[in-house]
Amino acid sequence: MSAAAAPPPKKVNRIGLDVLPYKGGKTTLCAGCGHNSISERIIEVLFELGIEPHSVAKMSGIGCSSKTPAYFLSQSHGFNSVHGRAPAVSTGALMANRDLRGIVVTGDGDTASIGIGQFIHMLRRNVPLVYIIENNGVYGLTKGQFSATADRGSKQKSGVINDMTPIDCCLMGIELGATFVARSFSGDKKQLTNILKACVSHRGLSLVDVISPCVTFNDHEGSTKSYSYVKEHEMALHDVSYVPYYEEIQVDIEEGEVRDVTMHDGSHLRLKKLGRDYDPTNKRQAVDAITDAEKSGEILTGILYMEQGRDTLHDMLGMVDEPLATLPQSRVRPGPEALARMMEELR
Amino acid sequence: MSTIEVSPVASRTGGQSYRVINDWSIQVATVNGSGSQTANNILMRSIFQMGIPVSGKNLFPSNIAGLPTWFTIRANKHGWIGRKKEIDFLVAMNPETAREDVLKLEPGAAVVYDAPLKLNELRTDLHFYPVPFDKLVVPVCPEVRLRKLVRNMIYDGVVGHLLGLDFEEMKKALYKQFGARKAKAADLNWNAIQAGKQFAEESLPKMDSLWAERMDKTAGKIIIDGNSAAALGCVFAGVTVVTWYPITPSSSLVESMIGYLKRLRIDKETGKATYAVLQAEDELAAVGMVIGASWAGARAMTSTSGPGVSLMAEFVGLGYYAEVPAVIFDVQRVGPSTGLPTRTMQGDLLSNALLSHGDTHHPILFPSDPAECFSMAGEAFDIAEHFQTPVFVNTDLDLGMNNWMADPFEYPTKPIHRGKVLTAEDLDRVGEFARYRDVDGDGVPYRTLPGTKHPKAAYFTRGSGHNDRAGYTEREDDYVNNVDRLSRKFETMKKWIPAPEMQRSEKASIGLVYCGTTRWAVEESRDQIAREYGVETSFLRLKGYPFTQELEDFIHAHERVYVVEQNRDAQLLALMKLDLPVPLLSKLRSIRYYGGMPLDARTVTTKFVEQEGL
Repeated sequence: MSAAAAPPPKKVNRIGLDVLPYKGGKTTLCAGCGHNSISERIIEVLFELGIEPHSVAKMSGIGCSSKTPAYFLSQSHGFNSVHGRAPAVSTGALMANRDLRGIVVTGDGDTASIGIGQFIHMLRRNVPLVYIIENNGVYGLTKGQFSATADRGSKQKSGVINDMTPIDCCLMGIELGATFVARSFSGDKKQLTNILKACVSHRGLSLVDVISPCVTFNDHEGSTKSYSYVKEHEMALHDVSYVPYYEEIQVDIEEGEVRDVTMHDGSHLRLKKLGRDYDPTNKRQAVDAITDAEKSGEILTGILYMEQGRDTLHDMLGMVDEPLATLPQSRVRPGPEALARMMEELR
Repeated sequence: MSTIEVSPVASRTGGQSYRVINDWSIQVATVNGSGSQTANNILMRSIFQMGIPVSGKNLFPSNIAGLPTWFTIRANKHGWIGRKKEIDFLVAMNPETAREDVLKLEPGAAVVYDAPLKLNELRTDLHFYPVPFDKLVVPVCPEVRLRKLVRNMIYDGVVGHLLGLDFEEMKKALYKQFGARKAKAADLNWNAIQAGKQFAEESLPKMDSLWAERMDKTAGKIIIDGNSAAALGCVFAGVTVVTWYPITPSSSLVESMIGYLKRLRIDKETGKATYAVLQAEDELAAVGMVIGASWAGARAMTSTSGPGVSLMAEFVGLGYYAEVPAVIFDVQRVGPSTGLPTRTMQGDLLSNALLSHGDTHHPILFPSDPAECFSMAGEAFDIAEHFQTPVFVNTDLDLGMNNWMADPFEYPTKPIHRGKVLTAEDLDRVGEFARYRDVDGDGVPYRTLPGTKHPKAAYFTRGSGHNDRAGYTEREDDYVNNVDRLSRKFETMKKWIPAPEMQRSEKASIGLVYCGTTRWAVEESRDQIAREYGVETSFLRLKGYPFTQELEDFIHAHERVYVVEQNRDAQLLALMKLDLPVPLLSKLRSIRYYGGMPLDARTVTTKFVEQEGL
């Protein structure tokens, strides 16, 4: 091989960017942490779909998971805010600029404990953003205390057994108004990638609870959030694939085997049946399936519930089409005659 | 020495030989939820329309219906519109408090009362006017369920006649209040007023000496509450995102803003809003949304009171350290804890200035009247955006919820100031962007907004340690450099804080320093001190924090300076002790009131005289 040979051309996406702007700083999380795999999926998905980095706002709370927005999308603004409060900050940011794509990364401490109030109200409002819970059942940064998603009977590294009922964020999401609810596993590359792509296409709030093992504090025998436990107990509802709106569909659907869902932006979500027929638009079925799986000790993954066409927060607020943040003075300060009129009324 | 000026004019019944003109206070005692607010506002407005300076203060319970409530109207020809403690004219409609209300009166006061209460048996040194309200209401209001409300309008007619109010003005005030859409209700109430007037003419000979006479001291002025004024100020300041959680006494600020926004800020072509208002799940979320919205470039605000401010502490610290604008109106009420939710206090001065853990300092503006609520709303946004930091606008229940006679608001002359925001074109020009670098030497860095299409625009905002490129750091020098820059920024802010209002009298060796609504009691008290004790005083009214050089100079120029404020712990004085040079501190004295009522001049005068040994 000649030494002078040109380097292979960089792979670019459909908007002509290579992967570099989609990458972030070097991770400071533990080697093997599930969160790092999720960051990689986010990079991959946004690169492949050709999302403009400047259009994304990376939002987080506090914790191991909340550090990760520093590790992807270096050309996107990011906000590592206050523990459990990413929903409020993100809601505000999206009210200010409706053109932003909000990607929120939180943990189970953020979402299921300190910030559960904000989480619930964000769901009610159908804030149009992607909300990822990197769920490992423990507090990593404070060295391994149980979180509120730890399963009953799960064992802490120190040997303590959790006696309390876990909070299932997906069940809450379905009950409280999330319009796209999925569960996945950081180790299931293909499924997580396709789910995240569908989230990008969804108009409204999409909630993804990703079981993301903590290699340092919760990957031992007796933990129900360890790699080996999740691999053994994961039960995928369907095989998820995604065809973006700008690509032609090449494979015909086999009747009865695959559900094809056309998403708001024209992309197609394809759910291939695995064992049972599952209709993700049926709320009651979704709740039953999750509850049954919990009873039998299985971790149900896939797209659990979706509802299209519901008004988002932006619709409810009746805002102008342009971002409020950059409206010129002429559109946000009424004229002197308006003030004069108000004063006359008060005389 | 009496503060009432008397003029010897024979009264119409000859019972009194002098008249007290345009210098009295009326107190209406009713039951919460009985609809007396309308009757009281009409009474107040009638006096205002006669050109007589007037103020109205509603003393209400933390309750929807059933508990006692008092409304005080003060007319004062000199223009003193602070609270006056002494009641000259009582309207006793509430059987539960009537006895105590009557026993508290000074001799010579007038009492209009519901006849069955037989209050005239309680004292012999008052002028009693019994009115059979239940009997009078029947012919004017055939509908039984409305009688409870219409009944109150009758006392307007009685009081109007006894004080000699102009009934044409009362009619105008009534129809203004009800508006064209409720003309029928207005007619009903006007009949009730006339019934009261007629009864008084026929059955109540004038015995007291209190009279209203037309003046020309309210021309051009308006009547508005501070919360509505602040709301209007935000609308004209170009507010775009408003988030809030209901809390007394601040709720009406956002509620009235919603009304103004709907009228003034709907895009004509599309019918869509140039704003977003969202009721949050708590104050913590409300301020979190403000921080998020401001970070993304909106002019965002929230409004709350003490308990809400306590909840906002963590986010306000984030705003300070990560340098995100926020405008927070704190309509103060009596704390600590739930405290007295419907009473007034300047109890959040220290918490506004220093809220959150670690070393923090926040700018505060102190409006004293509705016109300043309006103008300072605009200043608050400009300061918040220029300095990229949370700003408190510190008002109180007295200013926020009571109706004030005020100067009309001036249309903003300065354009909206968005601060040091770099666009994509700016980034091309400057070459390098470091979010927290002190490029201009004023401590104020440059920022970019999310959504800016430029490879260099993005930065990572965090409440953890960061260097001037917004990168994570735990280094000692990075931390110290950053927080020292924040101190420089706070120093620069002094140029933006509105200058105090002050008057330095050459003859005065004593000064008075205060902020907010304390103004009204102090202005009148200075007059009392001068007239009654012959002591001249200077004053300095603070309009904002950080303190500016004028305050130091003022203290230098006087032997003693009294800091007058409405809290127990001398919070304004404490803040001065934190910030001012030590040699000045020995000159400072304290006058405090913290009973929850709006501060009155006599209280200030008494405390001043005690300490001065006059």
